[in-house]
Amino acid sequence: MAHYRALVIGAGIGGMQAALDIADSGYEVILVEKDPSIGGHMAQLSETFPTLDCSQCILTPRTVEVGQHPNIRMLTLSEVVGVEGQVGDFRVRVLRHPRYVIEDKCTACGDCAEVCPVVVPNEFDRGLAARRAIYIPHPQAVPAVYRLDPNACLGLFPLACGKCGEACERQAIDYDMAPETIELDVGAIVVATGYELYQDEAVMAYAYMDHPDVMDGLEFERLLSASGPTGGKLVRPSDGKVPKEVVFIQCAGSRNPEHGLPYCSKICCMYTAKHAILYKHRVHDGQVYVFYIDIRAGGKGYEEFVTRAMEEDDTVYIRGRVSKVFSRDGKVIVWGVDTLTERKVEIAADMVVVAAAIVPSTGSKALAEVLGISVDEFGFYAASDAEMTPMQSGVPGIFLAGAGLGPQDIPETVAQASGAAAKVLAFFGAERAEERAEEALGV
Amino acid sequence: MGIPYYPGCTLSTKAKNYDRSGRAVAAALGGEGRFELEELPEWQCCGATFPLMLDDSMALIAPTRILYQAQQAGERVVTLCAICFNVLRRSQALLERDPEMLERINWFTEQEYCGDVRVAHFLEVLRDDVGWEALAERVVRPLTGLRVAPYYGCLLLRPYDEIGLDDPEDPVILHDLVRALGAEPVDFPYNIECCGSYLTVKDPQVSETLSKDIVASAREHGAQAIITACPLCQFNLDYPQRETEAGRTGNEIPILYFTQLMAVALGLPEETWGFEDHYVPPYEAMKVPF
Repeated sequence: MAHYRALVIGAGIGGMQAALDIADSGYEVILVEKDPSIGGHMAQLSETFPTLDCSQCILTPRTVEVGQHPNIRMLTLSEVVGVEGQVGDFRVRVLRHPRYVIEDKCTACGDCAEVCPVVVPNEFDRGLAARRAIYIPHPQAVPAVYRLDPNACLGLFPLACGKCGEACERQAIDYDMAPETIELDVGAIVVATGYELYQDEAVMAYAYMDHPDVMDGLEFERLLSASGPTGGKLVRPSDGKVPKEVVFIQCAGSRNPEHGLPYCSKICCMYTAKHAILYKHRVHDGQVYVFYIDIRAGGKGYEEFVTRAMEEDDTVYIRGRVSKVFSRDGKVIVWGVDTLTERKVEIAADMVVVAAAIVPSTGSKALAEVLGISVDEFGFYAASDAEMTPMQSGVPGIFLAGAGLGPQDIPETVAQASGAAAKVLAFFGAERAEERAEEALGV
Repeated sequence: MGIPYYPGCTLSTKAKNYDRSGRAVAAALGGEGRFELEELPEWQCCGATFPLMLDDSMALIAPTRILYQAQQAGERVVTLCAICFNVLRRSQALLERDPEMLERINWFTEQEYCGDVRVAHFLEVLRDDVGWEALAERVVRPLTGLRVAPYYGCLLLRPYDEIGLDDPEDPVILHDLVRALGAEPVDFPYNIECCGSYLTVKDPQVSETLSKDIVASAREHGAQAIITACPLCQFNLDYPQRETEAGRTGNEIPILYFTQLMAVALGLPEETWGFEDHYVPPYEAMKVPF
């Protein structure tokens, strides 16, 4: 008999969608997430394209639904470290990293963080804001539970501080919590581990990260976000001034077979246009320049969206690449070429946003080995047949969805996730039908 | 037994100080004279530009003759001039991948060039044969505290596929040399920008504008001297800073060949430095560490 329970790996928008579809159909779902909270990169976004919906506003109902769903068991701070068996009967080992906070007891009151003496950059805000060693990634986090970061804490073994433990009235903090490996039986698996941004500065040839006012797209999302470190006020990290000239560089690392990655990262044309529009909504007298190779806006309402950025928001699109970014007199100097006028361009910008290439999330290669599924030369999961079975891995019962397969946007990821969930449900349904038939025959 | 050396025209005329300091430095590197520069017994102009037309065998004749002369002297030939280096290395690469062209030129010159003499820049000898650590050990007057901006220009590094001396976007070879001599390399964003090259003859305004940006950027980043491996870069950066009727601005930065910097650090006699042939005299800047 098959196990009518699914494992979903990765709790971004894709993993959540797959989990909800399966859970709503009456089956149990184990949702494994390596971060302390669910929601993935979408939770970091300010607005989404092409509708300019507030990302958190459309995402939060989903995260809450996942968090409260009777059929979904969330395992955050967890990793899949072993898989045995076959379709219908997988035995999965999940490593649960200690949170040092008991989930059932924590009320997210924040008393612990108030007394914590450690200040470190907050990953959720891409380092643009600080957090304590004991923290909650962001106010809407699900689960709404604090986490003690053992790497930032002054010391757990032996306990060096203990202030948070004293401050916690509910006694939710357990300094002795240990890593734990649990075993689960599942019938099918959905892999939705998503993406990261490319970090190879040398390849991008920009002084990226060197300069506080040169940032990647996700950092810019945090700066735009009403829940971000500046409360949505668009200011430069270096001096807190409003940037009046902003340069966006598309294809940073992408479409660069010689030095970077040959593939197109697909979502950057759209999110850069979105950034340009959102910037102009905040800084009316500001000027945006976008360096691009060509515009790839294939999607419903996408081309119109880019046209809107160009025409309504007076964004200057420069067809050409950037050769160098460096600082001079408090400005970020951008050298590039305008291949339409065949002129070298120099722009003294206040801020530069780099649309870094999309790469598979860290750990996806190791996970592929654990699962026995294949990846392509860039580490993206490979479907058994990219055209006819795009959501199926080479292993029966293991399905794929989202940007772990290749760069893709939110609607595509959601559609794929529902597709992968449908594959799981089709399998469960067929198994059930077979069992019933056997029962009827009295086998 | 030294290394076959092709000086080229500029180092025999306008840039004698590059040649003089280079030979003196090579002789002082030890290794029982292994690194000494031994001038090819017979040579002529390399043509000074690498031909870029699909069929320009005419322009390949001069470099091939030099490679043939080098073949008589050994397996490789070393240059100091970045332009000669560029022309010879690229010609060599072209002849290696195009045997028909090699055959054609050999037929015309009535010489049998074998096709595989290695063309090296003296900087490569320093890095690959001598080594930075061994060089540092030979320094008797470490240039401690001197802030030197390495300026690479174009021809020493590009095109990478044929030249391959260093990363064309983020080169380090001159930085490493500066460090080996005890000085501090100054990174500045214009260090691989073009100096204007031959436009200094045809349209000097263009090259002066380019070179002023380069020097200004090095100065903003705190450089006290700029070093180069190219006589045309040296001229283009030095000449626009010359003393005019208005006198000097006081913002001048001397433009040195890397071999001059080495001659000072290795404690060679002042007559090998060749400081007298500069528009911006380097004495004051080079006095700093002493």
